[in-house]
Amino acid sequence: MPETVLEAHGVTAGYVPGLPILHDVSMGAQAGQITLIIGPNGAGKSTLIKAIAGLVPVGSGKITFESQDITGLATDQMSTRGISYVPQTDNIFRSLTIRQNLDLALRRAKSDAPARLAQLLEQFPALAAKQRDRAATLSGGQRQFLAIAMALATAPRLILMDEPSAGLSPKATQDVLEHARSLTEQGVAILLVEQNVNQALHLADHCFILAEGRNQIDGPAKDLLNDKVVGEIYLGGRRVQTT
Amino acid sequence: MIGVMSYLVFFATTASILAIAVLGLNLQWGNTGLFNGGVVAFFGAGAYGTLILGGTSQEGHLGGFGVIYPLALLGGMAAAGLMAWIVGLLTLRLRHDYLAIATFGVAVAFENLMRNAEWLAGGAKGVRGFERPLRAALGDGFLYNILFFLVVLAILIATYLFLERLVASPFGRLLRAIREDEEAAQSLGKSPAKVRLTAFVTGSVILGLAGGLYGTFYAFVSPQDVLPTLTFQIWAMLIVGGAGNNRGAIFGAFLIWGAWTASGWALSRFAPIEAQLYTGSVQFVLIGSVIVGMLMWRPEGLLPERLVVSQRGSTPSNKQGE
Ligand SMILES: Nc1ncnc2c1ncn2[C@@H]1O[C@H](COP(=O)(O)OP(=O)(O)OP(=O)(O)O)[C@@H](O)[C@H]1O
Ligand SMILES: [Mg+2]
Repeated sequence: MPETVLEAHGVTAGYVPGLPILHDVSMGAQAGQITLIIGPNGAGKSTLIKAIAGLVPVGSGKITFESQDITGLATDQMSTRGISYVPQTDNIFRSLTIRQNLDLALRRAKSDAPARLAQLLEQFPALAAKQRDRAATLSGGQRQFLAIAMALATAPRLILMDEPSAGLSPKATQDVLEHARSLTEQGVAILLVEQNVNQALHLADHCFILAEGRNQIDGPAKDLLNDKVVGEIYLGGRRVQTT
Repeated sequence: MIGVMSYLVFFATTASILAIAVLGLNLQWGNTGLFNGGVVAFFGAGAYGTLILGGTSQEGHLGGFGVIYPLALLGGMAAAGLMAWIVGLLTLRLRHDYLAIATFGVAVAFENLMRNAEWLAGGAKGVRGFERPLRAALGDGFLYNILFFLVVLAILIATYLFLERLVASPFGRLLRAIREDEEAAQSLGKSPAKVRLTAFVTGSVILGLAGGLYGTFYAFVSPQDVLPTLTFQIWAMLIVGGAGNNRGAIFGAFLIWGAWTASGWALSRFAPIEAQLYTGSVQFVLIGSVIVGMLMWRPEGLLPERLVVSQRGSTPSNKQGE
């Protein structure tokens, strides 16, 4: 039984006081697994990830990571706890070079920064070749890889990824998702929000479905893939059936 | 001849002092995106601090500590830094516009305090009893002024080099990253509030340094020296020179100070007598127009920020994104 590292209990959260977006949401994520969150636009998927990352105030409920309470912990404290967050958009610094982006992310690593940098460059050869170019010149897929590489700099045990495939071609989407999969092999827990539900369900271990800020259904990804009701309501029935 | 020379030295000294101030503001606004609407308060804290600490004992107001000059100047810088630290702690966590409003308020309060609290800094009469360092040895003439100019120039160059190194350092990159995207920086474990506070205080210490030198140059400071006009002038210098570019900041200081002095001279010389009463106001309108015109037609300034970083030999290719 894989260890549950992240747990949210009855989380109510929103951007404006008194106007919650999330209502009593509960979920968990396991080490070495991809936990998928899906749901229609505006369901509150990004809000849930931001609430975990400390960017959206949590009204009630509790979030724990490795059994420690992290509810309301400041975002910049998350990386020291072992959590990385890859925002949905604007997740790299365009005006800096690829190398400077990585250096920025590695600042916390201090003494073993050179070793980690070498590791990351090995893991992302496309970035290694363009180290001195400005990040703005990267293609969409390369940008996501840079964002992921930056998230990995602090050797996190949990990575929160908000739609890493947004705006990517099907091929690039597959690359990014497979890379996410490979990260779990070292025991990292990944909480993934995806629109490419079909592709993502094939890779994920467990899946939570959110709608209108509430938990709907959850279960092993394989089961949801074959669940007719889920398929029709949330995934656009046909696509699921053809695969 | 000596008259022209000494005027040039006088001009260059003032412009260099202002250039140091523009460099301080550039760290805050150009590199970090912090809108300091009360530049003159930090400049003034440096000037008042230096003169009060370094001056001789005076009846009726604080001061006369007779601290040796370099320490007095450092004290003035510390006063500016302390003020910035307090203002920053209170406002930097809030939305950006609050800093602009708060700093503007601080500047107004500072001027009023200096004008009214006679016990503190002589009120409207200003701080008296300060002697320029080494005056006994060097006298008051041209020699002193040219040496003083060289010292100011050396300090300007040192400040420039310090800031260039700072901007190129990991801390400088962090400043730019936070300016570009605060949430992303936060998710990498950076605390924007702390970094901004550091930049704000450092910039204000530099403003204090400029103020201290200014006070030293005139051996006198009064509330007339800390009017909002100076804030606008320093802003105009930065906007015209090019926010984000330290060379632009220095260039802008010399250019605008030159234009300011020239327009004052031209107005007093050629404007009709009736208009001469309003010389100051006309200059005000001119500087306002320069800021507005610049923002409309060349918002990046004459020497724009250089974002290209260590890319010897390769210009960034204009590849289309996906
Ligand atoms: N910064 C914000 N301030 C106020 N309301 C917001 C903010 N961001 C999102 N919301 C609201 O919160 C609700 C949930 O948005 P959220 O971004 O979490 O949806 P999502 O499930 O991630 O959608 P998508 O699939 O489009 O990314 C929406 O109604 C949205 O309008
Ligand atoms: Mg979203």
